[in-house]
Amino acid sequence: MRRIRLIPVLLFQNQGLVKTVKFKNPNYIGDAINSVKIFNDKEVDELIFLDIEATQKKKAPDMSLIKQIGSECFMPLAYGGGITKLDQVKQILESGVEKIVLNTTAFENPNLINQIATQFGSQSIIVSIDVNKNIFGKKTVFVESGKTNTKMTPTEFAIKVCEHGAGEIMINSIERDGTFSGYDIELIKSITEKVSIPVVACGGAQSMNDYISAINIGGASAVAAGSMFVYRGGNVKSILINYPSQKILDTELYAKIIRN
Amino acid sequence: MIGIIDYGVGNIGSILNMLKKVGHKAEIVNKHSDFATFRKLILPGVGAFDYGAQKLNESGLWDILNHEVIENKKPILGICLGMQLMTKGSEEGKLKGLGWFEAETVKFNSLSLPKEYKIPHMGWNNILIKKPSSILSAHQQETPRFYFVHSYHVISNEPTEVLFTANYGYDFVSGLEKNNIVGVQFHPEKSHKFGMDLLKHFAENFYSEQ
Repeated sequence: MRRIRLIPVLLFQNQGLVKTVKFKNPNYIGDAINSVKIFNDKEVDELIFLDIEATQKKKAPDMSLIKQIGSECFMPLAYGGGITKLDQVKQILESGVEKIVLNTTAFENPNLINQIATQFGSQSIIVSIDVNKNIFGKKTVFVESGKTNTKMTPTEFAIKVCEHGAGEIMINSIERDGTFSGYDIELIKSITEKVSIPVVACGGAQSMNDYISAINIGGASAVAAGSMFVYRGGNVKSILINYPSQKILDTELYAKIIRN
Repeated sequence: MIGIIDYGVGNIGSILNMLKKVGHKAEIVNKHSDFATFRKLILPGVGAFDYGAQKLNESGLWDILNHEVIENKKPILGICLGMQLMTKGSEEGKLKGLGWFEAETVKFNSLSLPKEYKIPHMGWNNILIKKPSSILSAHQQETPRFYFVHSYHVISNEPTEVLFTANYGYDFVSGLEKNNIVGVQFHPEKSHKFGMDLLKHFAENFYSEQ
């Protein structure tokens, strides 16, 4: 049996957790530390925590917040948002955080990936790739919380960050974010076919079947979601932190993964 | 007091956090520390074998550790690269390991792995307990699972030292134990209640009879 990592992605803005739709309309979910504690109690596989306004506001990572979160997480924790320098990475990794997430910086200064890989190992770097498509259906990579089009294709960018030493790629579909319309399997597959590092699928998950498709068809190594874990039964009016039990994961996810 | 060995390699913050959570005092130790005040030691580590071996040498801790562990029989837990450094050497590098176990460290054989099994092995995995040990609760309510991140694994030349195995495409050794020395490939400090159980047992029960 192969265990698949199922990863809640938490978005932080204005001192609280929010959930977006297509990277817009942030809906307040709750207090960050408290929510992280609840996810820890639910024994989640891993947690990705993203400060989605740090880069836009040109703020450095909030170390006191990161330390508090780190001390509440007894599972692997990844932090992203506002990271531009190697010494920030060192401080973050010393706070009980396993991995850092780069997005805008991976595009603007890919050499930082090399530096982090050399000093802390590739396993500590997730590059998150946000993808949107134009009216002709052409998919390109966006940075700065989805605001700036890099004009690079997802596969070009994925191959590039791999060459720089990224350890994992999180591929996120902006148009599906918060919409419960399923992952963009074609997009995920286009990346997993080109890179040998683990790829984490994100954006649009609606059900256990979406996780299974992302893995069995898309070739993802892990699956991530936001709305699935903060709303009750897909209802955005009903906020409830939730995560499947081990028993449900065993029977409804792991058991359905091909070649287990 | 438990001493966590600081040689510039590994996530010490997480280990301190979890030991505190299970009610045990720990401090970071270096070559200037008074080792007599530490009843047990933890050797953490993430990254490349030679980098770790070199750092352990440069930090002046190599000889101290050999003295504390081999002559003084101080209990020690190696985590991830920390365990690999307890073997004789690694395919990853040229430097010698501490050689406390009759074991070597080799790269995951990608040819033997199905293509969905990417390297590094990153994620949660069940372990199989191969011999009784005071490092875990005697009665496990469910199969213990732990968080792994590694591209190299240990092969043992002494079956009596094998404590745990795990399966990632094929079975590999995920824990070794001999007298006062124990090593695990996974990260207990990042493995929820299973990690807490292991660190608590290491702190309270492991090799405590001596």
